[in-house]
Amino acid sequence: MSPLTLWPATASEQAARIDMLFTGLLVISGAILLLVAGLLLVLCARYRRGSAAPRGDLPDFIRRDVEIGWTAATLFLALFLFWWAGATQLRASDPPAGALEVHVVAKQWMWKTRYPNGAREINALHAPRGEAMRLMMTSQDVIHSFFVPAFRLKQDVLPGRFTEMWFRATKPGEYRLFCAEFCGTDHARMGGTVTVMEPEDFARWVAAQPQEEDLPGEGAALFTALGCSGCHAAASAVHAPVLAGVYGRMVHLADGRTVRADEAYLRDSILQPKRDVVVGYEPIMPSFDGLVDEADLQRLVAYLQSLRGEAAR
Amino acid sequence: MSGITAERAIPGAPPREPSYLTAKTGLASWLLTTDHKRIALLYMAAITVFFFVGGAGAVAIRIELFTPQADLLSADAYNRAFTFHGVIMVWFFLIPSIPNILGNFLLPLMIGAKDLAFPRLNLASWYIFMAAGGLAVYTLLSGGVDTGWTFYTPLTTAFSNGNVLAAAAAVFVSGFSTIATAVNFIATVHLQRAPGLTWFRLPLFVWAIYATSIVMVLATPVLAMVLALIFAERAFGIPIFDPLRGGDPILFQHLFWFYSHPAVYIMVLPSFGVISELVTCYARRRVFGYNFMVYAILWISLVGFLVWGHHMFVSGQSLFASLAFSLLSFIVAVPSAIKVFNWTATLYRGQIVFDAPMIYALGFIGLFTIGGLTGLFLASVPVDIHVTDTYFVVAHFHYIMVGGAVSALYGGLAFWWPKITGRLYPEGWARFAAIMMFFGFGFTFFPMFIMGYLGMPRRYHVYPEEFQVWHVLASAGAVILAFAYLLPMGFFAWSLIWGRRAPANPWGATGLEWQTSSPPPEENFHTPPVVEQGPYNYHPEHAGPPALEREQHQPQGRQP
Repeated sequence: MSPLTLWPATASEQAARIDMLFTGLLVISGAILLLVAGLLLVLCARYRRGSAAPRGDLPDFIRRDVEIGWTAATLFLALFLFWWAGATQLRASDPPAGALEVHVVAKQWMWKTRYPNGAREINALHAPRGEAMRLMMTSQDVIHSFFVPAFRLKQDVLPGRFTEMWFRATKPGEYRLFCAEFCGTDHARMGGTVTVMEPEDFARWVAAQPQEEDLPGEGAALFTALGCSGCHAAASAVHAPVLAGVYGRMVHLADGRTVRADEAYLRDSILQPKRDVVVGYEPIMPSFDGLVDEADLQRLVAYLQSLRGEAAR
Repeated sequence: MSGITAERAIPGAPPREPSYLTAKTGLASWLLTTDHKRIALLYMAAITVFFFVGGAGAVAIRIELFTPQADLLSADAYNRAFTFHGVIMVWFFLIPSIPNILGNFLLPLMIGAKDLAFPRLNLASWYIFMAAGGLAVYTLLSGGVDTGWTFYTPLTTAFSNGNVLAAAAAVFVSGFSTIATAVNFIATVHLQRAPGLTWFRLPLFVWAIYATSIVMVLATPVLAMVLALIFAERAFGIPIFDPLRGGDPILFQHLFWFYSHPAVYIMVLPSFGVISELVTCYARRRVFGYNFMVYAILWISLVGFLVWGHHMFVSGQSLFASLAFSLLSFIVAVPSAIKVFNWTATLYRGQIVFDAPMIYALGFIGLFTIGGLTGLFLASVPVDIHVTDTYFVVAHFHYIMVGGAVSALYGGLAFWWPKITGRLYPEGWARFAAIMMFFGFGFTFFPMFIMGYLGMPRRYHVYPEEFQVWHVLASAGAVILAFAYLLPMGFFAWSLIWGRRAPANPWGATGLEWQTSSPPPEENFHTPPVVEQGPYNYHPEHAGPPALEREQHQPQGRQP
């Protein structure tokens, strides 16, 4: 048996904040528990049957005022805790610009990670200390959940859409990665390691990985191979939106809605092109559902993201 | 024995008048009965069987988790064990336990009625329950199901190799039994109250069962719908949750938790009612803040419908939806806290007797307080993100549903056992079992909070070594807990033959159910009672119980 641990390793900025909130909750709920247990024990001892303690009616103020008092106190405490927890979460909600982006694909029962330079790993993630890293995650089959206790972070990974999480690791070391959403037979073995390294070590490590063509490059090749460029290229005769710079922009749709062209929007537009048609265009694009797999989708989306700068230029 | 009244022992008992147990004999008189008291016993028998079946799953889980490796069960067998444990315990033990055993038996007695409003519907609901139970057992015998009791899609609809359709059918059918019973209870409380028994003179147990019934009627159809959709997708390939064909797996979670969060209150509200009866009787005091207790029950039932999204903080739901559900979850904690404070305050200036049911009640308050306080951790979005789907959550809901609801069930059974069977059980053994249940429960489930925060995910049959010490503690505690569950079954059974005969009102309690003989006659009351007072008349209003041995309790009703 390994030595007794009472507190998990703390290896991300958010982990430190959550530990503080958790400790606060421990203190507050410990105090309430002591109050209730103490009252129970004292009252049970003092008013046991036949004890000499005086009995009789309760003073009037104990009836109404006390009842209203503790209702109000509990309500205020509840609102305070909501504010504290909500504020802690909001501080960490958006990843900083320029965060290192890693793609994660989950499948029964394996994690596949892929770095911007094309390096890939299975059941492992490497992250530089002190730098923000953003995970774009999707699943090929059922719902999984990417859980790193040392980061106090968890995010379900869904089939058919992207979810994301981000963190800034604070302490080099090896930490456990678990799948936290029950995903079938070998759910318990769908784990891995998250290795936090000093930034220079990370740079060396990632450069030393066998590389393939980068994601956006492969996406660009697919963009032509699948025929997307036949319509979406600037010089095309077909009336279709030009996609340079579309990523991250607000788009007006034919039904009057306005949406941001994020990863989810782009992938939806590839799989279900008739759902969110841009105003001024005919719904003539065919669905690529079944023609592209998850990995291809990620390549295409990565390519479209890489066009971000071109419109501005 | 402490002895609240001198009424307990009846030397040389006179020949007994026929009770509901003896009025008719033969198997048919039981299987075709429409007497709510006999149907309660039919439920008791069935639910006890399911408690053993679900308990067997728990035993398998705890033995497997004693070591970090897979030694007893394969991965698939373990997945089937915890799924079966969950499905049986939730739908075939916890949800029907207090309403269908104690509620069925006591509700008409407590409001001075001859029976429930629809006696035949009551019997029908038992048969529906048995049919559902048969399907559940068939699921087990045909290989079981490996999805977890939460049936998350698309695992359930497209990937699971288990017998999902049979399991879904079992739960689907059991829902009809739940709804039938709930409709019956609601109608009974509205229509069958004794003359003078106004709403605010109802015992809190009746209020709790009434509120539970309303939640059942409103929530269970949503479960039926979502199970029907699972059936449609898995059996007929209609894409509803499958994202590859335009479905939405998250839709399932919304529908499922819209039912399953209120279902938590279906499991725990009835225990609130039981505890209110026990604490007042053994403290010999009127309940503190009766009106607040009633409003708290109603408030919980209402707001309980609005917090389902707190099960989905990591599902990919928008952060602002999560924050709204977080706020509502904090707010629903307030009425639960009020109830704990009021039970505690009821002890003040009481004449407290520590009989077994009171020990169960005090244990309930302690365990429910821990369960409720850890609910605050889970309502906090950032903390929940870390601990959801870990043993922290497992510990939390077992504190509420097992530490809470099962303590209340055992306490309630002990309290009303003399009324149900006409026999007294050995008090010393009962106190021992009650104390053992409290500590056994703590040993089993408290370590799970610690390993949960350390990051131990739930539904793992193999796990990293650093968690073993906590699993060993939990498994060892489970041995004590199992013994505490079995022991009362032993002495209850013993009492049926060798227990002393119980008087009508062995505890000096004030409810209408104690104004009739133990066990009650078939028609409940020889003369229907009339009510002129509120409940819990353990002492004159605006006075406390006197420091004398003289009892001042007044029955709530009188025979006209």
